[in-house]
Amino acid sequence: MKILVPTKRVPSTDEPVRVHPDGSGIDNATLTHMINPFDAIALEEALRIRERQGPGVGVVAVGIGSVAFESELRTALAMGADRALRIDCDDSVLDPWSVAQVLAAIVRREKPDLVLMGKQAVDDDSNQAGQILAGLLDWPQATFASKIQFLEPARLQVARETDRGLETVVIRLPAVVTTDLRLNEPRYASLPALMKARKRPIETVSQRELGVSLEPKVRIMRLEQAAVGRECVRVADVAELVRRLRYEAKVI
Amino acid sequence: MVILVVAEYDTAHVRPGSRSALGVARDLAARSGERVEWLVLGSGLDSVASDAARFAPVTVADHPLLVQATADRYARVIADVARAHEASVILANATTFAKDILPRAAALLGAAMAGDVTGYSFADGELLLRRPMYAGATTATVTLAGRPYIITVRASAFPPAEPLAKSGECVAWNVVAATLPNQIEYVGLESRPTMRPDLTEARVVVSVGRAFRSSEEFEQYVGRLADALKGAAGCTRALVDDGITPNEWQVGQTGKVVAPELYVALGISGAIQHLAGMKNSRIVVAVNSDAEAPIFSIANYGLVGDVRQITPALIEELNR
Repeated sequence: MKILVPTKRVPSTDEPVRVHPDGSGIDNATLTHMINPFDAIALEEALRIRERQGPGVGVVAVGIGSVAFESELRTALAMGADRALRIDCDDSVLDPWSVAQVLAAIVRREKPDLVLMGKQAVDDDSNQAGQILAGLLDWPQATFASKIQFLEPARLQVARETDRGLETVVIRLPAVVTTDLRLNEPRYASLPALMKARKRPIETVSQRELGVSLEPKVRIMRLEQAAVGRECVRVADVAELVRRLRYEAKVI
Repeated sequence: MVILVVAEYDTAHVRPGSRSALGVARDLAARSGERVEWLVLGSGLDSVASDAARFAPVTVADHPLLVQATADRYARVIADVARAHEASVILANATTFAKDILPRAAALLGAAMAGDVTGYSFADGELLLRRPMYAGATTATVTLAGRPYIITVRASAFPPAEPLAKSGECVAWNVVAATLPNQIEYVGLESRPTMRPDLTEARVVVSVGRAFRSSEEFEQYVGRLADALKGAAGCTRALVDDGITPNEWQVGQTGKVVAPELYVALGISGAIQHLAGMKNSRIVVAVNSDAEAPIFSIANYGLVGDVRQITPALIEELNR
């Protein structure tokens, strides 16, 4: 069985995001990057499936973007991915539609049994690429997975976190599964593994070789720092709080 | 050309969040001169369809094979209706239902999609959509290329549409069973029953972080305060991770986004992922033992102290 894990490079969530003063995008000169946390969960799940099912399972990490993406792909190799594949393209214009187009082309080439990917990337927070990919391939999908179990070699039971509660579905492979936070806790790549991963090859395919033209459907015109912050009135006790909520804010 | 609004409903009523999406549809239609209609999918929809018709004409896709909202079938029917009715825009409330299904419909239609939209405007006849990015730290203005547009809106950002003077018509969509995919087998739904209002629809939300260590404690403090305020009870990610509360009660970037009149944050430090789910509440009250907690920077009223002492005192003061 082959599992494809798309891994997006995103700004580290440990640092505040600053918008470039001209509103063209985020100011990433000072930013460090990481694998999108939801994709790291997907990779961890793929590695656990391989650990349970044995070396017949191959895990391929995929990055879509410039050569800078190789650093996250090396992290994926250090975590345990068998191969790393980078689709060389201009990542500044990618939207969920073009990501799904590229992934669909890779799926046709690599013929995986399962695409496991984060439910959303924590930069644009779109939550679309996996579902669009499943639609383009006409494959079953299970989104927002918090538990994945194999019932048979080609049948998965997936618990999905929805607004109404935990929904369980069964799907047949090949399929697309997108991962939610509670699926697992991703392992850290050890320092020796990271050192070793530096020497591992990263297969590179250009977007042209893949035969995909990037025609994004979503264009970001402007980015603004969201206004946050309120003047907080510090109250002395619950009596003052209730009084203010009742007579000042008139909310109770 | 029509603007199609995909409705979500409970037993017999269209949800208020879907009516917010309908309000946006009406406003867009007022500019373009297009027609607005609901698309309701499911099985045994008579009462839901007649409730929906109070607000707009309804296309009803009623079939036993649509009893569960599986993405393969729902996306197919939505795409079929959108093509047949020449939809220019497909709208829905930004729930997990819409997030699961609509991008798949976008794939079938070759449509452009923007999710979690909180505002819009027009420039030179082009629709500009505003949506949060980076867990709400930034707001992006985006445009879409290629019709139809598929848009999910944050219900909290738009008022629910009011009923029409005269109900719209209900027209049945002919669901052809043989064309429906059969890729996703629904097994079941597990949720914790509650008598309290839905988090996204409540006027007041009381939420808590890791201050309480069991579901009994959660009820005793958070539940009782929510009841005293006739509100909903929510939590941060930590409590769900610990198995104390079910996932559908989580407020935040990956949980539910709420914007009630009053949000009471008990023992919540204010991680950006949580703030993303509640910072647009009208009035925010923060109670925390750490006077420097980031939650105070987005609160209207702050009280420093132990939530185990303050919560019962607050309940007593409210019931006085």
